Amino acid sequence: MSKGDRPDRQDRSGSPNRGDGRAWLEQARHFAEEFYFGRYRSTIARARRDQDDLFMLLVFSEMMGVPNPATYYTLELQPLLLERFHDWHRRMGMEHSPLDHFRCC
Amino acid sequence: MSAIVVLLAGLVAMALGYFIYSKFIAEKIFQLDPNFRTPANEFEDGVDYVPTNKFILWGHHFTSVAGAAPIVGPAIAVIWGWLPAFLWVIFGTIFFAGVHDAGAIWASVRNRARSIGAVTGDVIGARARSLFMIVIFLVLLMVNAVFAVVIANLLIANPSAVVPAWGAILVALIIGQMIYRRRTNLLTVSIIGVVALYGLILIGPMVPISLPESFLGLPQNSLWILILFLYAAIASLLPVWVLLQPRDYINGLQLFIGLGIVYAAVLIGNPTMVAPAVNPDVPAGTPSLLPLLFVTIACGAISGFHGLVSSGTTSKQIKNEKDVRFVGYFGAVGEGSLALAAILATSAGFATLAEWQALYSSFGAGGVNAFVQGGANIVSAGLGLPQDIAVTLLTVMAVLFAGTTMDTGIRLQRYIMQEWGTIYNIPALRSIPVATVVAVGACVALAFGAGGLDGSGGLLIWPLFGTTNQLLAGLTLLVITVIIVRLGRPMWFTLIPLAFLLTMTTYALLIQLVSFYNDGNWFLLFLDVVILIAAILVLLECVGVLRKHLRERDARQSTG
Repeated sequence: MSKGDRPDRQDRSGSPNRGDGRAWLEQARHFAEEFYFGRYRSTIARARRDQDDLFMLLVFSEMMGVPNPATYYTLELQPLLLERFHDWHRRMGMEHSPLDHFRCC
Repeated sequence: MSAIVVLLAGLVAMALGYFIYSKFIAEKIFQLDPNFRTPANEFEDGVDYVPTNKFILWGHHFTSVAGAAPIVGPAIAVIWGWLPAFLWVIFGTIFFAGVHDAGAIWASVRNRARSIGAVTGDVIGARARSLFMIVIFLVLLMVNAVFAVVIANLLIANPSAVVPAWGAILVALIIGQMIYRRRTNLLTVSIIGVVALYGLILIGPMVPISLPESFLGLPQNSLWILILFLYAAIASLLPVWVLLQPRDYINGLQLFIGLGIVYAAVLIGNPTMVAPAVNPDVPAGTPSLLPLLFVTIACGAISGFHGLVSSGTTSKQIKNEKDVRFVGYFGAVGEGSLALAAILATSAGFATLAEWQALYSSFGAGGVNAFVQGGANIVSAGLGLPQDIAVTLLTVMAVLFAGTTMDTGIRLQRYIMQEWGTIYNIPALRSIPVATVVAVGACVALAFGAGGLDGSGGLLIWPLFGTTNQLLAGLTLLVITVIIVRLGRPMWFTLIPLAFLLTMTTYALLIQLVSFYNDGNWFLLFLDVVILIAAILVLLECVGVLRKHLRERDARQSTG
């Protein structure tokens, strides 16, 4: 089985509910997941952020002077991206929102 | 002598090292403090900084540092007899590797979890930092070249492993898709993955595959090397979740299973150590044991590469500073046990001494193939597996280790290239495809440049790789020593390993310099000179910085 349950066994050797198979399985799954995802968490988060940034660029392209035929549809998405937009401009080193029509702070 | 005795002696010694020596180091030298707020807690962000259970973290750390190197090194070094290799692996793990690995994590944890390269810049200076980058680049270059040669040789020697070795990549690709697209339960996926991998190993001997003897004027060996680099280049360009992540996972599971199989087979079969304890008549052309043993076995005894893993990712996840001892030191013990398995397989896996001598007919000749042959004999005798399946099993184990290291190595090299593109303002080098081509090209050049088109010279690089790896370890030990001196604690426990390493590496480089010159191998001579310069710079850096700090400490003591 997964090696995730190796430490699991050690961890819970003294625990009273050893017979509880379901909890044990749950714990094993948790360890396996940590084992699978832990090492690459930051790489994947970074890749995901890059994709999100590209998406944001598409949504706000019209405001930055890049014509976008899908503006009519992306306009609706703008409020949903408000929070992420704020994070984005801070990450890009801009204290305040760079867009005149889109003030988040 | 019974192999079980050697196995138990090794394990007991390493266990004593962990329970006694590492306790001493952790309490008296590093003075690990359970109340210290580690970077994982201080900067917790759920991404880079995540306080992690120490057993999980140990698993990550161990599988990141364990690769084909602790198999290749001991498998070559057994040519001097099993006892020197055994002693260096055991004492190296206890007094060198454990302290080095735990020390690297500790140094990083105490410096906001920054990488050991960055810590070097702070603690020693910018020059040492540049030196660090150069040595890292050389290590990666050599590891990729050597491993391509190792895999090519293995696949030619054991055609039955071709299908499972490449099939493992397919299994990894499917696992990645199942997890990210179908969100399948990871336990189910793990079972499917392991069953598929071992199923392929069963099928392998039925469908052996060999490349044509010669194609476009290239021998079989070079063809495999080129195919491997082509694969590594493509793999390094794919998003990590597609291939690298599932491949690492399967490889990690396989590491534990494989190690378990070899140890169980030794315990059940109780083979005899056929190889001589100390080889009285080494084949002609074998370099002297001193100093070459100490650079032939790098990983398994002490390896600078571990410091990079320790400080890059592990240190960001340490939940409690006390865990540094378990994760770092016990990680090194895990690696030592892998090297021990390699020693057992290569010295107890043969029926007669003549059979062993036939494999170890010249320096570098036995190597991984001896591990596969010997290991397979032990496994088939101990567990009753058919010989051809046992051979395939061991080959796949070695190929997967080496392959995963290559995947990561090429990727890291590309990052370094891109960074150089930024630092020296070469826009072309900043683009991912160009950086990949340059990185792969350098490795291919090294694999072929070392010994001609058949790539046979690739293994000549092995001791040079060990040397560079030790240099890296030396730099890390220097950083740890300087930190310890600054804190006014005893420095001998890191300074003596450091001095030993630098002496052996410089000595080995000089010996190899002469032998490359005599063989007229100008390419490796050049490489040797480059590493020698790096070694001398490291040595000067050590003397300079330690003198400065010791003087400061004395001044403080006399005034205070």
